[in-house]
Amino acid sequence: MSRDAGRLSLILLFAPFALWIGLLIILPQIGIGYISLREKVGINEYEFGFKNYADFAQAAVYRNTLFRTAWISILVTMLALVLGFPISYYIAKIARERSRAALFLMCLIPLWVSDLVRAYGWIVLLRETGVVSTALVSMGVINEPIEMLYNDVTVIIGLVYTVILFMIVPLVSTMQGMDDSLLEAGFNLGGSRLTVFRRIVVPYAMPGIVAGCIIVFMITAGSYLTPVLLGGKNSSWFTEQIYNQFITRYNWEAGATFGVLLLLFTSLVVWLGLRLTGQSLATTVAKDT
Amino acid sequence: MNDLSCVGVTKKFGEFTAVRNVSLEVPPGSFFSILGPSGCGKTTLMRMIAGFETPSAGDIRIKGESVINLAPNKRNVKMVFQHLALFPMMNVGENIAYGLRCQGEQKSEIPEKVRKVLDRVGLPGVEDKRIEQLSGGQKQRIAIARCMVLQPDVLLLDEPLGALDLKLREHMKIELKQLQERFETTFLYITHDQSEALVMSDQVAVMNAGGFEQIGSPRALYDDPVSGFVAGFVGDANVLPGTIDEVRGGEARVILDGGGAVLARLADDSNTGDRVEIFVRPEALRIGGDNGSGSLSGKVDSLLFNGAASRILVRLDTGQLVEVADGDQASEVSAHDAVTVSWQPDRARVFVRRPGA
Repeated sequence: MSRDAGRLSLILLFAPFALWIGLLIILPQIGIGYISLREKVGINEYEFGFKNYADFAQAAVYRNTLFRTAWISILVTMLALVLGFPISYYIAKIARERSRAALFLMCLIPLWVSDLVRAYGWIVLLRETGVVSTALVSMGVINEPIEMLYNDVTVIIGLVYTVILFMIVPLVSTMQGMDDSLLEAGFNLGGSRLTVFRRIVVPYAMPGIVAGCIIVFMITAGSYLTPVLLGGKNSSWFTEQIYNQFITRYNWEAGATFGVLLLLFTSLVVWLGLRLTGQSLATTVAKDT
Repeated sequence: MNDLSCVGVTKKFGEFTAVRNVSLEVPPGSFFSILGPSGCGKTTLMRMIAGFETPSAGDIRIKGESVINLAPNKRNVKMVFQHLALFPMMNVGENIAYGLRCQGEQKSEIPEKVRKVLDRVGLPGVEDKRIEQLSGGQKQRIAIARCMVLQPDVLLLDEPLGALDLKLREHMKIELKQLQERFETTFLYITHDQSEALVMSDQVAVMNAGGFEQIGSPRALYDDPVSGFVAGFVGDANVLPGTIDEVRGGEARVILDGGGAVLARLADDSNTGDRVEIFVRPEALRIGGDNGSGSLSGKVDSLLFNGAASRILVRLDTGQLVEVADGDQASEVSAHDAVTVSWQPDRARVFVRRPGA
């Protein structure tokens, strides 16, 4: 094959990815960034400036919603890691070859059902007249039905349930590459279970942990359906504010500003997270071994 | 007191018996090998000594004390794994320091101990290298250093040379033996490669189907095998199947399956009429003449030149190929010559036929 043909096939192979990134990610983001810098001064009259950002900084309610969203997302990420790690370890290292695929598939099954249906599933279970409440009443544990929806705990449970799969998949795939003899060597050289876990398992799984945490955090911070349906009016989720600006108030400028801020702020959190744990993308996610 | 002793160790996995009633004594400071084909149970035995498997019966003692109820991380037995199992996320220095830190060594003394052990394995100053920067032989030495820095009572080695190329393997054989002498530590070495076991060991146990066939020095195994399995597995041997016709003193007259009668030393309690195999080393065979064994005629099939290990392949009239050692290429034969081969009867051994042979 000549050099030109090689170059052509490279371009053709790369084209779908470039189109996807360019048309669906970069272009809309540029549009959003452009709109966020547009100030409305009259009907169909616009000026450029940072007024929208200044407005955001002055309204405590928006700022607090953003912080709250980030904080709950971090909590959800940590819970997903704590719950997902043993599951992944079991699937990757303890389960037998045959049951491994079945277990993995079981983790994937929730993805067959749409977000909306899954959120309604939680509603059916947890609302005042729902399955859990009714069962507890009939068993005599509580005297009258209680409302289990519309509080932070429920939102967190729902979010962890939705995102945990995205923690398990990268963790399983990194840990599957770990040779059992590494663990045995860890014990043989005198390490306790805790030492082997802390000094061998966790460092080995670090690329998967970093990848999983970033994915889960980003998905959580950007999620809309689960917090809104399970948290109701109390959820104060930042994506809900963006939706309100765009759809309810038809204030695209403010909505676009919120969108840019969410992207910047979550990126900052990820960057801080990497710095604080002493990891970098180059040595974990992009590691070539 | 011996560094390691196993008494009647047995391991069953369900119905299958992987290790059957194995006993061994390893004296302090010796190089002891367990030699056997893959699947003979030697790795299971080693894993029991290290504590990764629990014996179904029997006792394992280290320096005279039973370790059966001791967890793997509490036994002073260190192991070099088949694929070495160096920790890829740590550098060389951290790999070696790992065990010291587990032992609760003073932080200030660790770098000095690491430096000393690296000196002793001949790799000074590589503390900061990453594992993937090392060559195969260097990794080998780091894996040994990582164990030796903890001053184990016994070092277990599970076919650590298997992954190396031939040239390096030959080199590492000598190096391992020298390291063992330098550290004056007991090595228990597991291998399926008889030349590794013969070259390095003070004592070799030949293992087959879960049990020991023979324990002895390499020379004893080579010169005085106790069974057909040992004779066939240790060193090269020509195997001639036949039936005993007559037993006279310590010698048996054997009628070969393809015809011809020869004399050889009777090495077990086979008797007249038994189906047996004769084992003759290539260096015991002679071209031409009759050394008292009765001679077998055949044709030179080919000459295999390999320096001091050169061979003449002879196709006997029975159709069987035999190898005749020809170290100095002194025999003036060429391909397709008609020749006879013979041996001194006491250099050939008759054993009862092995199952499946």
